[in-house]
Formats: sequence, C-alpha cells, structure tokens
Amino acid sequence: MNTHLPAHSIEAVTRGLASAGYIASKQIATAVYLAERIEKPILVEGPAGVGKTELAKALAAWRGLKMIRMQCYEGLDEAKALYEWKYAKQLLYTQILKDKLGEVLGGADTLAAALGKLHDFGDVFFSKEFVEPRPLLQALEQANGCVLLVDEIDKSDAEFESLLLEILSDYQVSIPELGTVTAIVKPTVILTSNGERDLSDALKRRCLHLHIGFPEQKLEERIVESRVPGISATLRKQIVGFINQVRALDLKKLPSVSETIDWARVLVLLQSSELDHETVKDTLNVLLKYEADIETTIPQVSSFVAKAGRQGVFG
Amino acid sequence: MREELHRFFRAARGAGVRVSPAESIDAMKAVADVGFAERGILRDTLLLTLAKSQEEKQALGDCFDLFFSQPETPEHAEPDDTENSKGGDSSQGENQPGGEGAPPPELGDLAQMLMSRDRNAIAAAMAAASNAASLSDIRYFTQRGIFSSRILEQLGIERLRDDLDALTASNPGDAERLAAALEALRENVREVVNQALVLYGREETENLRNEILRNAPLARLERRQVEQMKALIRAIARRLRERYSKPRKRQRRGHLDTRKTLRRNAAWGGVPFLTSWKRRHRDRPKIVAICDVSGSVAQVSDFFLLLIHSLHEVVDDVRSFAFSGHLIEVSDILDTKSPEEAMSEIMSKVGFGSSDYGGSFKDFEKDFMRSVTPKTTVIVLGDARTNNLDPRADILRTISERSKRLVWLNPEGRMAWGWGDSEMPRYSAFCTVVRQCSTAKQLERAVSDIVAAYQ
Repeated sequence: MNTHLPAHSIEAVTRGLASAGYIASKQIATAVYLAERIEKPILVEGPAGVGKTELAKALAAWRGLKMIRMQCYEGLDEAKALYEWKYAKQLLYTQILKDKLGEVLGGADTLAAALGKLHDFGDVFFSKEFVEPRPLLQALEQANGCVLLVDEIDKSDAEFESLLLEILSDYQVSIPELGTVTAIVKPTVILTSNGERDLSDALKRRCLHLHIGFPEQKLEERIVESRVPGISATLRKQIVGFINQVRALDLKKLPSVSETIDWARVLVLLQSSELDHETVKDTLNVLLKYEADIETTIPQVSSFVAKAGRQGVFG
Repeated sequence: MREELHRFFRAARGAGVRVSPAESIDAMKAVADVGFAERGILRDTLLLTLAKSQEEKQALGDCFDLFFSQPETPEHAEPDDTENSKGGDSSQGENQPGGEGAPPPELGDLAQMLMSRDRNAIAAAMAAASNAASLSDIRYFTQRGIFSSRILEQLGIERLRDDLDALTASNPGDAERLAAALEALRENVREVVNQALVLYGREETENLRNEILRNAPLARLERRQVEQMKALIRAIARRLRERYSKPRKRQRRGHLDTRKTLRRNAAWGGVPFLTSWKRRHRDRPKIVAICDVSGSVAQVSDFFLLLIHSLHEVVDDVRSFAFSGHLIEVSDILDTKSPEEAMSEIMSKVGFGSSDYGGSFKDFEKDFMRSVTPKTTVIVLGDARTNNLDPRADILRTISERSKRLVWLNPEGRMAWGWGDSEMPRYSAFCTVVRQCSTAKQLERAVSDIVAAYQ
C-alpha cells in the first residue's frame, strides 16, 4: 500500500512536482506543502491556462494517487456531485421483497406479530449497496487517498458551494438515510476558479488561497524546457521573451503558459531554429485566440522579434 | 514569537484583511510548521492562509513588509557621536579609568544604554516599552502624542532627565552626547508610533471617515470626497445585491400542484411519474426613476442613479429619466458609459436649467407613460421646487394610479417642504411614500426599502 506521508520540506515538494513534469514556483510549492501538513484544501485562482488543473494532475502523478475530477457547471447538484440512489435496483428490491414476503412473515398469526417480524428483518432499502457514489463520495471512499480536483468552482451555483463546505472542513459527507461517511484517508483537495464570480467567504475561509499568475521569464523557460523536449535553448529564450512582450499589450485574452507550450511545440514541429518575422506571423493564431488581438499584435511583431532575438544572444 | 504573530494579525485587520479566529489558528499551525527561519517562506505562508483574494494578498504583503521592517535604532546619532567622543576622549580618560564606552555606573539604565550605544538593547527596550504602553491599541492620529510620551515614560525618561542634569554639572561633554542621543531616541519613538498608526489604525480611521461620509449631505460634498463617496456607493450597492439576490431563488419552489400533476400523468393512469410544482411568483423590481438634475439636487441624483444602475442582479428592469427644463430618457447612457462620462453627458443634455416639474411630467406622460405598469415602482427624486410654474399634480396622480408604488425622495429637510415654491404637500398626496434623502445612509435605506417591497 502506498504510504502517504507529507513531504518533509518545501524543496522536496518542488522536486516531487518537477519529477511529474510540473515546474512549481516557490509559492505553489509552499501551498502544496502546507496543504499536506495542515490538511487543508487549496483554492487556486488565476487566469486560464496557467496550470491550475495541471497542478492537481502533477500532484496525483507524483504521489501515485488516483485523481478524481469534478468539473463544475451551472446546475450541478448533489445527485451529480455527491451520491444518488440506484432507483431501479431499489424498485427491483421491493419486487423481490414482495415475493418473499410470505417466507419472511412465515406463520405469523396476528398483524402485530407480522409487523414485529417485518421490523426484525433487516431493512436494506436505504443501505450502502443502493448508493451510487458520485465524485465527492468516491474521493472519500478511496482506501489509499486521492487527489480530488473540483474544477472551475466559480461556474457552479452559489448553493453548490455550501454543499462542499462539509467535505472541505471535515472530510465527511452526511447522507440523511445512512448517516455520516467519513474519509478513510483524507484526500488532497484542489479547487480551481477563474474568478468569474466571487466565492463565498465561508468557502474561502476553509481553504488556502493560492493565486497563480503568469510565471517569471526564467520559470517559464524551465516550464517550456520540461514540457517540450528537444527545443533549443535559443529558441526557448526567444519564444518566452516574445510572449512576455505580447503580454504587455492590451489584449482581450493574454497568451498564458499553455499557449506558450503549444506554440513552442508548433515551432519545433516546423523545425525552426530561430524566431523570425514570417513564421511568427503564420503561427500567431496558436498564440492568440481573437481576430482583434491578432490585428493588434501584427504591427508589433518585427520589433518584438528583434528584441527577443537580442535577449536570445545576450541572455 | 506568538505575541508577534498576534500583533501581526491585528495589523492585518488594520490593513483591511479580515482575519477570523479560525484563520489565525490555521496561520499559527502553518507557521509552526515552516518556522521563522526564512522570511520569504513566512511571507508566502501568511499570504496563503490569511489572504483570500488578489487585493487582500497585495494589502497583506505590504503590511507584512511594513511590519517586519522595524525602524532602525539611532543610526544617524552615530557620526557626531564618534566625533564627540574623539574630542572628549582625554577628559573621559581622566574621569573614568574603565576606558572608552563604559558609562559611569551611577547613571540610570536608559542613559547607560544610550551612552554605550548598545543598539540591540535599545531596540529591545523600545519593543518592551511599546508593549507596556499597548501601542497596538493606537487607532487615531490624534493619539500619537500620548503614545509617544507613554513609551518614553516606560523607557525611563524621568531618570534620564535627572542623569542629564547631573551630568551637565559634572561632565558637560558626556551630557552633550547624552542629549544628542536622547534627541535621536525621541525621533525614533515618534517613528515607531507613526508606523504603529499606519499598521493598526488604518481600519478605524477609515471606518470613522466612512461614518462621517455616510451622514454627510450629498449635495454639499467637497471635490475630494466625491471619489470616496463613489466608493462608498459601490459598497452599498454590493451590500444590497448580496442581501436581496439570494433568498428569492430559494423560495421559488412551492407546494405540489395536484391538479396539474394528475393532468400530466393521465397517460399512465394517474400514477404520478412526473410531478409539477406550484411556483411562487416573485417579481423582480421594475423601476422607473425620474430624477431632477437641476442645481443643488444634481449631485444627489448622480449618486442615486449610480446606485440604482449598479443593482442589475437585484432589479429586473430600470428605466431612468432625467429632467430639469424638459425630460429625456437616460437609461442607455447610464448602462453603456462609465459613471463619470454618463453624468457629464446627462448634464450637458438636460442639466443646468431651472426645473420645470409640470413641463417635465408632461413630457413623461406623452412619451413614456406606457413604461409604467402595475408592477412598476416609480421613484421621483427632486426637491419639488417648481419655480411657481404649473405643478401638473394630475399627471402624478395618473402615474400613481398606474403603478405599484410611487416613492418620492426629497433631498430637502422636512422643514422646508411647502415653503416658498415647494409643491411637496400637493405632490405627496399621491405618493405611497415620501422620504427625505440627503445622505448616503438615507439613500441606502430608501433603495433598500424599495427592493424589499418585492421580496
């Protein structure tokens, strides 16, 4: 069995995540370290594509744990998130019970006696067998623990947040008919949010709050290095330099780390060894997702490439 | 060190980061785990456990840096100090065979510390004195003097003065040095107190300012207060949104609609596979706002329109009209433009005239009467000063009959109603509610009541 001990230092967390292909900044490593130590969920906020979801995946890969993912959306309710009764089986059960009723009650003379017998007969209608566990309940039932990812919590309704509170603070779920289900091993919980709406204070209070922004240039280079093997050092520097300049523009959607990685992959596929004006213009659509953004950027491309080129030489 | 953390939590609250007891316990646990050794990690840890949003992180980061950069102990006293000691070396040597730096033993603790320039000891004494004077209780800038003198007292300034007097008689050179060091110490204490004020006092100062602002007449704000008032109005809007947008959702589902259920399930012989529920119908407020934007009422109207138009989640439909001489619809301007632009555009279109209530009501009747339905709340904001023109109260009566409620908000005090050209008594006969509304507090009350009437 996988023994799940918290890491002994922040550096160990950084190394561990790196072994799973995730280059973490110090803040991220500290958050993961603390989350394991004081057993609290992490609420990760930040723009799209900076590796919020990726963090949970990397954590699961490093720890060798199962990752259970719950994608949130509007209208998500407890029947889809927590548990549901297996109605069909329950119906079937009552049918069987009906057939076997004679045997169960066998030879009871009076109504009172029959009722007494019926009461003695174990009631399994609301029992564990008929519960269909949904992601949140599944996460509590993992014998080895797991990483529970509640993705894009800001997309769900405000009511759903209250549903999460019990899990987040006590790692347990109350099913009215059954009682309380407590986690066998406390899962590591990661919640992500794009900040589409403000989350309630009650939810925030129960979590460590981690904000992942765009990484620093050095860090982003290392991320590209780890994610796109076989890319030359100069091209890497130039790509990151170029993207950092693009982020300074007023764009609808700024390119984030995932776009950097995609772009690096594209350029490696195209076998370009250096950034040049033409390739950039042709592949800009990998980086920018809006026509208006591309139009804003195109006039700047030459100067950006030149600047990034200089960085590649001197950096 | 726990003391230190507790003081930091107080400072954090001062910086506007809400730290609940539970969060402080978490932070304590986390800090116990990572230790105090590395400042960067400590900072990250506190930011992770205490701050819950990007702005809070920023505020808390600044607070952290300020908190852990205690002012340096008398650095600037040193240069002239050494000069002095060079000059006074020979005399000191005669008096004191113990050698340079060792102060005469008959001096008090503080004097000895200052004379030997023991920076760590001074810092420690200062920290102890600040604690004894409960410096973290400082709230207002007016308390600076009293806290400074309290700290100096705790440090033992009395004894120091006696020493100084004694020294001036026996050893003028040392006395001068001591006087210089004392001056530096005073400055230092002032700095410590100032920093404490920044750390612990911010929240109170802000609360005090907001309280004053809430009760200040909107029509007579100073320019610099206008910005603050806008922030306050936004906060009020947020509060109203939070209060009124939630419960409505919860109460929507009512009882089982038996008739409808039976009808729906007729195909299965009346076995109720599909249920249908009675829905309690709750209208969201529909608001028609008619605002006077002439003269002294203009500013109140500004803030009112700003507030009403930031309540989108709570209010279904707002149509706003502005008038002074004549009336126009301004909903689009308010919805599409930033508050400043919208206000200046409205003012340029209809502002700066003398108000003509009768004429403006006539404009409203002609073009917009259809927007008033039995579900609408009509809000009129104005001082009802008609400049002795025809008030056309009959139009107001029609509006009142067509609408659900007619609310009149008057920035003038009740005393003034009916005096001079004020037609308030005639208008108020047709209004469901008439309220005085000249401060942010009254504005909040009025809007809150209007929205609550639909809950």
